[in-house]
Amino acid sequence: MTTAVETSMGIDHRKLGIWVFLGSEFLFFGGFIATYLLYVTTTASGPGVEIFDIPFTSISSFVLLMSSLTMVLAHYAHTQGDLRRMRIWILATAGQGMVFLGGQVYEFTVFVREGLTLTTSPFGSSFFVLTGFHGIHVFVGILLLLSLYAFTLTGKVKPNQDVKTELIGLYWHFVDIIWVVIFAVVYLIPEIQVAG
Amino acid sequence: MATAEKTRYSGRPSAQTGFTAWLTTTDHKKIGVMYFFTVLAFFFFGGVEAGFVRWQLSQAELSVLSPEMYNQFFTMHGITMVFLVVMPLSAAFFNYLIPLMIGSRDVAFPRLNAYSYWLYLFGGILLYSSFFLGGAPNSSWVAYPPLSTDAIANMSFYVVGLAVLGVSSLAAAVNFIVTILNMRAPGMTFMRMPVFVWMSLVTNFLLLFALPIITVALFMLGADTVLGAQFFEPATGGDPMLYQHLFWLFGHPEVYIMILPAMGIVSEILPVGSRKPLFGYAAVVFAGAAIGFIGFGVWAHHMFTTAMGPVARSAFGLVTMFIAVPTGIKIFNWVFTMWGGKLRFTTPMLFSIGFVSMFTIGGLSGVMHAIVPHNAQQHDTYFVVAHFHYVLFGGALFGLIAGIYYWFPKVTGKMMSESLGKMHFWTWLVGFNLTFGPMHMSGLLGQPRRTAVLPGELGSTVELYNLLSTVGYLILFASALVFLFNLIKSIKSGTPSGNDPWDARTLEWMTDSPTPHVNFYSIPTVTHRDEFWHRKYAEDDAGQAIKVPAGAAEEHDVATHADEHIHMPDPSYWPLVHSLGYIPVGYGMVFANPWLLGVGALWLVIGLYGWINEPVAEGDDDEPVGSETSHAGSVTS
Amino acid sequence: MREHPKSRHHTGLATHLWRAVLAVFGVAVLSACSGEQNALDPAGPYAQAPHDLILIVIGIAAVVLVFVQGLIIFSVVKFRTRKDDDGSLPKQVHGNTRLEILWTIIPAVILAVIAAPTVQLVFETMDEPDEEFMTVHVIGHRWWFEYYYPDYDIYTANEFAIPAGTPVRLEMRSGDPGRAQDQAVIHSFWVPRLAGKQDMLPNHTTYLNIEADEPGRYIGQCAEYCGLSHANMRARVEALSAADFASWVESQQAAAVLPAAGTPEGQGRELFHDLGDRKACASCHQVWEGDGQRRAAVGPDLTHLMSRQEFLGAIEDLDEATLRQWLQDPDSLKPMQYESNGIGMPNLNLTEGELDALVAYLLTLR
Repeated sequence: MTTAVETSMGIDHRKLGIWVFLGSEFLFFGGFIATYLLYVTTTASGPGVEIFDIPFTSISSFVLLMSSLTMVLAHYAHTQGDLRRMRIWILATAGQGMVFLGGQVYEFTVFVREGLTLTTSPFGSSFFVLTGFHGIHVFVGILLLLSLYAFTLTGKVKPNQDVKTELIGLYWHFVDIIWVVIFAVVYLIPEIQVAG
Repeated sequence: MATAEKTRYSGRPSAQTGFTAWLTTTDHKKIGVMYFFTVLAFFFFGGVEAGFVRWQLSQAELSVLSPEMYNQFFTMHGITMVFLVVMPLSAAFFNYLIPLMIGSRDVAFPRLNAYSYWLYLFGGILLYSSFFLGGAPNSSWVAYPPLSTDAIANMSFYVVGLAVLGVSSLAAAVNFIVTILNMRAPGMTFMRMPVFVWMSLVTNFLLLFALPIITVALFMLGADTVLGAQFFEPATGGDPMLYQHLFWLFGHPEVYIMILPAMGIVSEILPVGSRKPLFGYAAVVFAGAAIGFIGFGVWAHHMFTTAMGPVARSAFGLVTMFIAVPTGIKIFNWVFTMWGGKLRFTTPMLFSIGFVSMFTIGGLSGVMHAIVPHNAQQHDTYFVVAHFHYVLFGGALFGLIAGIYYWFPKVTGKMMSESLGKMHFWTWLVGFNLTFGPMHMSGLLGQPRRTAVLPGELGSTVELYNLLSTVGYLILFASALVFLFNLIKSIKSGTPSGNDPWDARTLEWMTDSPTPHVNFYSIPTVTHRDEFWHRKYAEDDAGQAIKVPAGAAEEHDVATHADEHIHMPDPSYWPLVHSLGYIPVGYGMVFANPWLLGVGALWLVIGLYGWINEPVAEGDDDEPVGSETSHAGSVTS
Repeated sequence: MREHPKSRHHTGLATHLWRAVLAVFGVAVLSACSGEQNALDPAGPYAQAPHDLILIVIGIAAVVLVFVQGLIIFSVVKFRTRKDDDGSLPKQVHGNTRLEILWTIIPAVILAVIAAPTVQLVFETMDEPDEEFMTVHVIGHRWWFEYYYPDYDIYTANEFAIPAGTPVRLEMRSGDPGRAQDQAVIHSFWVPRLAGKQDMLPNHTTYLNIEADEPGRYIGQCAEYCGLSHANMRARVEALSAADFASWVESQQAAAVLPAAGTPEGQGRELFHDLGDRKACASCHQVWEGDGQRRAAVGPDLTHLMSRQEFLGAIEDLDEATLRQWLQDPDSLKPMQYESNGIGMPNLNLTEGELDALVAYLLTLR
């Protein structure tokens, strides 16, 4: 029917819903990033940006970025109806997410040992809450990926339902993109300013 | 359509009537009705709180409540009216009307819709339970730190309650945006959508972008209060201005979130009551969108007296003035909708005219606030209290009440009593102006907001104005009882309305009243703005309307869609089960109790898996990917 | 209820205008005196200029209001369905582009006209005064205002003196990080007849210009909700002639006179500094007796307590009976959060004898 085109966006409800939701998520992280920028030097004589270990975080950031690639491969495999290969890529994606999370947990423990905690200063509060919320998003993403994996085994997710992989992929890519912004704004730029 | 697998999900509820049906419903109409009645309960609480505030201020130096209780009452009054009354009452209308007005059978995510309602209810209960758990929040609805991060302010209930309500509203916003964008009936292009649907779309986009910002502010407030974070702690360099910027970056769009749905309602009722189409449809729509857009750029006009320099003050003052332009466009278009019509003063029409009139007053005092140097005299006085009650009570609430009278026959198939309705309107109008009119004066004569006593030194004039306000409150209370009586009486024994009691213009009136479960027996094809009217009347080039003789309403559609498979979402326990998990999570956050948090988190996960495992509708699970076979069947693939 | 004999019988133009505006809506309009805390009765240039601007805006707003409400009432009367209506529909008008342009441009032009003086005045009222001015520091506490004169090294509380006819620039902040008890929250200084309000925030210094044309007492209060006793946080400005101000400064700069030992007053002074296991008055309040620097204290400076007319955040007249009740049971006069939150005046459980002595001593602090 010709009128159909005019009265819907031509996108699956769920996909449109995720896009709309992610629009909201951008502002959520935007709020925390703005807060961080305001407080980047408000360290109350505690540790500041010099505490960051850029090479270490660069590696874990790279791992997270690569997970977007495997996510794309998982979705591609699903569109081909190849659930076996899709499962491998899903596991690879979730695994890289876990490596990233592990890195974040390690990084947090180092910072706490060096005297930077949530309660040290506005800088500490905004750093931990921003990166912590990102970590929670990664954690939720890993749960989603593992659930997707499990559901392909129970038959809840079928070979022709690649939209389900695509939905989780959209979320996962969003979490990655936000990390790119956080890595640049939280770690790199202040560090360069301090060094310069 | 791959409907091969018909296995019934075990234990799935199927009742369409009775108590279980309400608990498990995914029907947008039932959810809308539940929103409505829950709002009535909270409106009562918020009204009683206002009553105590007015009692306390009826005379100088009077002490009916202790200052502690007074501070809790005015704080909870604000929170209740904003988050538990006006916003969810709009949501009640979104729920009931959006699918009907766009010619759909349900919203895009019916179970998510139920979830939104339950979170609203639980968020409200959580907030109100604070009265029994050590005291209600008492740091005003804006909750400025560092005052609000003090444990004695009880603001952790505010933080968690609002976060839960935020999740509810965010889920609803995603749902309605997708519904409006994706599920319109064939031919229902954007510029054929009813204005109410347009304003709903703008409102839900505002929610979508404003809610994450308050969520950020709330999380920081909560982290400071419960975990000892330093976001707003002056001793380590925390900046209280940050919270205010974030709060109002949400808070000002919030004002439009509350008013735009009412503007949409009035834009539907005025044409019907005037028997003319809306004057300047496109202008009204674009003005609404412009208000939504500019609404994100004026937040700091709530902060003219804070630590902001003259440049920021001037800039925000200018933008604020110019938001009056689209508002003015709307008002003039409404007036000219009446111009040259044949007005029928039914109760919904009276409330709509009342809306235009009262909202104009609120708009003009709003322009006065934009005069930055004098804002410093008006800010945080009763002048501001008068202003925002003219906008939100005289505006939003008048519009929403007009909507209640107007769509009551749609929901029940019965009319509300017109004589009681008119009694309600006139007492409401008089009571409203008597309550809030004098506040303009008492504010300019020096009465600040949020004081637990009316200082005697303000003089006898201010005292008299306050007494008048209190008398006005009593009239409003009596008027609300008239409304309640009318509502109950009409539900029980209202006169049957027929399907189209108002000679209406939009799609929702084309189907039966009360609305059948499937909404439309067949989905209409839309060829005009005001489609239903155009099926009843033809209009010649001179603008003269002639009634089309045959009841042409639905017959021709039945023919074209006769073989259509009606596909409705089934009831489900899972939205309720899942959202119940927010109760232990909420209290776990309020009392920083890891056990409650853990139980709640587990509950949420279990609820979510139950939800995911259950198809939206029986036999619906294996839909071919990428098809548009929505539940509405609005688009045939 | 307290009487305020000084309430002025003064009705400004704006008051008349507003009464007219309100009369349109049937709001009862009553002629009565306006209070002292009246934003429509400016008593100095920093209140006068915004007032003059808002009068213009009120005038424009009143015209718009009458026009729009007139249109509504006219439409309602003219276009009502009449009894003899034939049931036909009115002409179906969908809109008019020319009208839309008209009511977009006209309001925009009106707003542009009032925008220019608004912006100009923002800068004028916020910038440093052009003439020579005096600086006073204002510090907001829960729940009282503290004032410090950097030029004269004077501390006072609740009420402060300024010379009439001279601009005074208030340098304002909230709380003091050095004072553990008084966690800073946001307050707002507002004496409407002298100027609009300006918030006082922790970690920010804000400024407000005030000036009184004539000598007199100008009242105001905290205008930003600051918790339990927010309603009891009042401000008083005593504008004095140049000569009176000079002698006021001189008397405030003097050290407190020591009472003779052995007298009740002298006994009271000892109790002021030592109440045994109870918190001594001097641990929070200062009575400067001439040695060392005057300093900011936790509670109001009491060196010249009895030179002030009001106390307790300026909600009570300062006399012997009220002072005695205050020392005996502070919460009965002004709600405090000492027990729960460490803010305000504690109940020291003073005996009758101690009360007599302390009150006698405090009365000597002139």
